[in-house]
Amino acid sequence: MSGEAIAAAPAEQRLRLVRRLDSAGLALSLLGLVVALAWAFPLYWSLLATFAPSGHSAGSLPADIAGALALYGRVLFTTEIGLWYVNSIVTSAGVTAGVLLISATCGYAISQLDFAGRRLLWGAILASFMIPVQALIINHFFLVNALHLINTWLGVILPQLIAPVAVIVYKQFFDSVPKELREAAELDGAGHWTLLCRVFLPVNWGITAALAIIVFIGAWNAFLWPFLAVTEEPRMNITVGISQARDIWGVGELAGAILAGLPVAVVYLLFQRKVTEAIVVSAGIKG
Amino acid sequence: MPRPAHPDNRAALPFILPFAAVYGLFFAWPTLQMLWMSFTNSQLIVPGRFVGLDNYLYLLRDWRFARAVGNTVYFVAMTAIPSTALGLLLALIVNRLRGRLQAVALALFFLPYVLPVSTVTTIWGWMLGYPNGPLQPLIALVVGHPVRVFRTVSWILPAVAVITLWWTSGFNVLLFLAGLRSIPPELYEAARIDGAGRVRQFVSVTWPLIWPVTALVLTIQLILQIKLFDQLYMFVGGGQVDATLVLVQYIYSLGFQRDNGGYAATVAVALFVLVVALSVLQFTALRARGRK
Repeated sequence: MSGEAIAAAPAEQRLRLVRRLDSAGLALSLLGLVVALAWAFPLYWSLLATFAPSGHSAGSLPADIAGALALYGRVLFTTEIGLWYVNSIVTSAGVTAGVLLISATCGYAISQLDFAGRRLLWGAILASFMIPVQALIINHFFLVNALHLINTWLGVILPQLIAPVAVIVYKQFFDSVPKELREAAELDGAGHWTLLCRVFLPVNWGITAALAIIVFIGAWNAFLWPFLAVTEEPRMNITVGISQARDIWGVGELAGAILAGLPVAVVYLLFQRKVTEAIVVSAGIKG
Repeated sequence: MPRPAHPDNRAALPFILPFAAVYGLFFAWPTLQMLWMSFTNSQLIVPGRFVGLDNYLYLLRDWRFARAVGNTVYFVAMTAIPSTALGLLLALIVNRLRGRLQAVALALFFLPYVLPVSTVTTIWGWMLGYPNGPLQPLIALVVGHPVRVFRTVSWILPAVAVITLWWTSGFNVLLFLAGLRSIPPELYEAARIDGAGRVRQFVSVTWPLIWPVTALVLTIQLILQIKLFDQLYMFVGGGQVDATLVLVQYIYSLGFQRDNGGYAATVAVALFVLVVALSVLQFTALRARGRK
């Protein structure tokens, strides 16, 4: 409500107008909160179900803490979920490190160096943005099998290193680093590796962190390729493992699903701003 | 002294080599091989011989392929536009809130999106469980009796669509919220001075300015949903595959279950062409935005 409009109305009418607008606005805001809570309710509900006394429905009180601990303990220690956690952590960290490394170096070259084929490479990266990796599963399997990497961490990691968007983001951020910084460092005799590690990356730690978080979440959640590349249960990632073995767990199924989602949920809640920034930047809204 | 055309050739090599190697080996090569394989009768891991256009001719009269395309289009229709509309609606709601409340509401909408597919499908599998799942009373209220959701063909794709909306709409909320925040508040101020109400403000200020983001979100959704596999596989698995067959699942089933790599590659080429066409559409939408 603008000041002018309020000032123009007679006092009594003005008061009524303001009150009506406020209550309508308040009602809308409240509705928004209720919808948001309802949206996340399935998560809370399923968490609650794992704390319900056995034989009772979700939310029955008092919560059976000891029973829940026993349930989570059973899932953690009597299944292969511990191994799956290790596999997920190693492969997701591997994908994250690999993507950042090859993307930062390539992004630096395209942004700062003048070499033959630069425009061609940039065009190829922009074009590969649109290729569906799902269409390549047959040939990825063919290749990874030929390299004898089925059922290995490396076999899960390698095809997931295709993330052209990371190169695009790095190139754009390196483009906007002030020329003076590079010139000053070059006067001090810095080579290109020094420039990248001492100037371009430190100036852009924020975007590296943001990219790292979303690449990690993406790799943790990847299903199709880890599902195809691994056939032995002890070698599975957690997202694949719980989907394969859940029939034998009975009530532990929900507990397993919650354990599989917990790390990414915690990472997101801790680094909300970074996740938001990375998604908005890589979707092309900004940057 | 003449300057060489590309002074940094040697310096650039180590910077682009790791990326070029990964892309060459895991991207360019598999793409070319997929094209070649689609003209052969290869098995999954055993190369076959050249069969010309046989696979493509078979594609045209393959009822499974036709059904996979039909089901994929059905699923995309149930998810792409609805999730875009839902994203905008929820973003408008979140945008009304201020400060911490806004952060909390956004987090609540976004949280499902960061979860792995198996967590999402397990939670929904439990909620829709037959006959005692906590959502079954709601289903009974609407259709009169509990339903075996994932054993009833006509229910499977719509149910997976609803779950997908819940799972992925938070992403759209985020993009729309960023778009809404970039609308200058003075425009609303001016509209209000002109006496525009909430609806009028939306029609003349919000909608025209948010339209480019809408086009972007919609094309992202089209491309994302056409690649449906994970959620559906979780629920249907090896069950009634033919009735709810979609494109990626058909590629998987041809290659990994029927060991028919050549024809699987042919279906993959079809998916490939479809997604590239949609991407060109997305690019055009982005360009249109850039020109504005």
